Amino acid sequence: MKSAFNLRTIVVALVVAGLVLLPVYSALTGKVFILTMFTRIIILALAAASLNLIMGYGGMMSFGHAAYLGIGGYAVGILAFEGIGSGFIQWPVALIASALFALVIGALSLRTRGVYFIMITLAFAQMAYYIASSLSRYGADDGLTIYKRSNFGGLIDLSNRTQFYYVCLACLLGGIYLIWRIVNSRFGLVVQGVRSNEQRMQAIGFHANRYRLVCFVISGTICGLAGALLANNTDFVSPAVMYWTRSGDLMVMVILGGMGTLFGPVIGAIVFLLLEELLSQITEYWAMIMGPLLLLIVLFARGGIMGLLARFSRG
Amino acid sequence: MAEHLLRVENLMRRFGGLVATDNLSLEVVTGELHAIIGPNGAGKTTLISQLTGQLMPNSGAIHFAGQDITTLPSYKRSGLGLARSFQITSLLRDFTAADNVALAAQAHAGHSYRFWGNARKEAPLREAAHAALARVGLAKRADVPVSELSHGEQRELELAVALATKPKLLLLDEPMAGLGVTESQRMVALLKELRKEVTIVLVEHDMEAVFALADRITVLVYGRVIACGKPDEIRNNDEVKRAYLGDQHAVTRHG
Repeated sequence: MKSAFNLRTIVVALVVAGLVLLPVYSALTGKVFILTMFTRIIILALAAASLNLIMGYGGMMSFGHAAYLGIGGYAVGILAFEGIGSGFIQWPVALIASALFALVIGALSLRTRGVYFIMITLAFAQMAYYIASSLSRYGADDGLTIYKRSNFGGLIDLSNRTQFYYVCLACLLGGIYLIWRIVNSRFGLVVQGVRSNEQRMQAIGFHANRYRLVCFVISGTICGLAGALLANNTDFVSPAVMYWTRSGDLMVMVILGGMGTLFGPVIGAIVFLLLEELLSQITEYWAMIMGPLLLLIVLFARGGIMGLLARFSRG
Repeated sequence: MAEHLLRVENLMRRFGGLVATDNLSLEVVTGELHAIIGPNGAGKTTLISQLTGQLMPNSGAIHFAGQDITTLPSYKRSGLGLARSFQITSLLRDFTAADNVALAAQAHAGHSYRFWGNARKEAPLREAAHAALARVGLAKRADVPVSELSHGEQRELELAVALATKPKLLLLDEPMAGLGVTESQRMVALLKELRKEVTIVLVEHDMEAVFALADRITVLVYGRVIACGKPDEIRNNDEVKRAYLGDQHAVTRHG
């Protein structure tokens, strides 16, 4: 057990160190591309980490998580379009809008379990997708270009690639720290208890669904932050961000990295997006290789990459 | 006149055409150990589930500690001091024994919308958990995951979890189910201790245990109460004899 813990820790430490030092490497080699790519990876890793909170720890298989990416993104995009460029307004609005959306769809969908829960979260996300597609003032299907990134006064300049990268990385690490605290808190234990045995938790005195809902809202809010970052990263937001395949991608990242592990979603996001990048350079039918690869991992490494690392060091 | 901790009035529960609880009335006096027996399919677990709120009755009323709890959800009943153990062990399998019990203590020690502090480091909860584990003889197994505990240990843990909610009334659904002879004896000894502190409703197939422990016994057949009284009265009750003699299975297995 001890050594398993160590190998995982080493890998996680290396990954985090790599992410922290990446801008240095990029600056020394002049490879700007890698910095842009990893900014995107980090943002989606944050989204995956937020999904992992409800999926891995809470046992709630949400298939509509990309909706929050869209809501966070549109909050930034619409406010920018209407002339409100301050990040101090844009970002809190993005978080609050995501939280409210999560509260509403959570309150409705958490009445169901299993497949029905998956389907209803999917349906709500698709609804958000179609609503965004019909916003003709904000570009409808074509999406909305964001001409100026969120303005944080003299504090940080998001147009500076390196500064923006570090803002995203800080959000990711901060988000993971928050999730770590939550998971080990009273609240977190209750949520994991409900995942394990809902009837038992009710019998010892917990209103299971209320804890589930709060967890659902926290998760959605964190993902809303990822949405705000993503819109700033691409200077653009469109309905496509919340299309159901994106929700699927997030789920794959979580499962690939290891559900219910703190850094699993980060590793999952890195591996998934790097593979996507590499394979798409080899062939345009990259999904044909990616599919079976994921299948193998799901079949032979139940706990994802984190589970695999644990097994390796156990020998 | 002793005080009634639990009073059930004319409880009815149907599953389609089957009447699982048929106009059932029952009173449990504070401090007693009240056993409920009956052949398989008599509706014992259905009754317990209605008492704890996992299942709602079609009609009738349940009063607990002077309060009408008929429509109260189970988590609120737990808050009032009603605890149950499950016939089929129902624990948090991926948690340790101590975690299982500490969570039960946590449910009754302030709210759990605390997102920051490490709950496993809350000394009062851990102490409560260890006290309950020690009570049932599992002190040394505190940090073992439930999935690695033996069946007998899991049955004991069920009891520790129920105890940690500081119940006024303990509803035990076949705590001896699947236990070997020595394990059963340990459980009986444990229940003998517990009954001094808490009112207990015991559903059990093990007749030897029931007659050794119970102050009063209620006999259920097809969801109806056919007799209620002291162990000696039940032993000599003709209707009870008939119900059990009519059910060869019950006699050969438990006789």
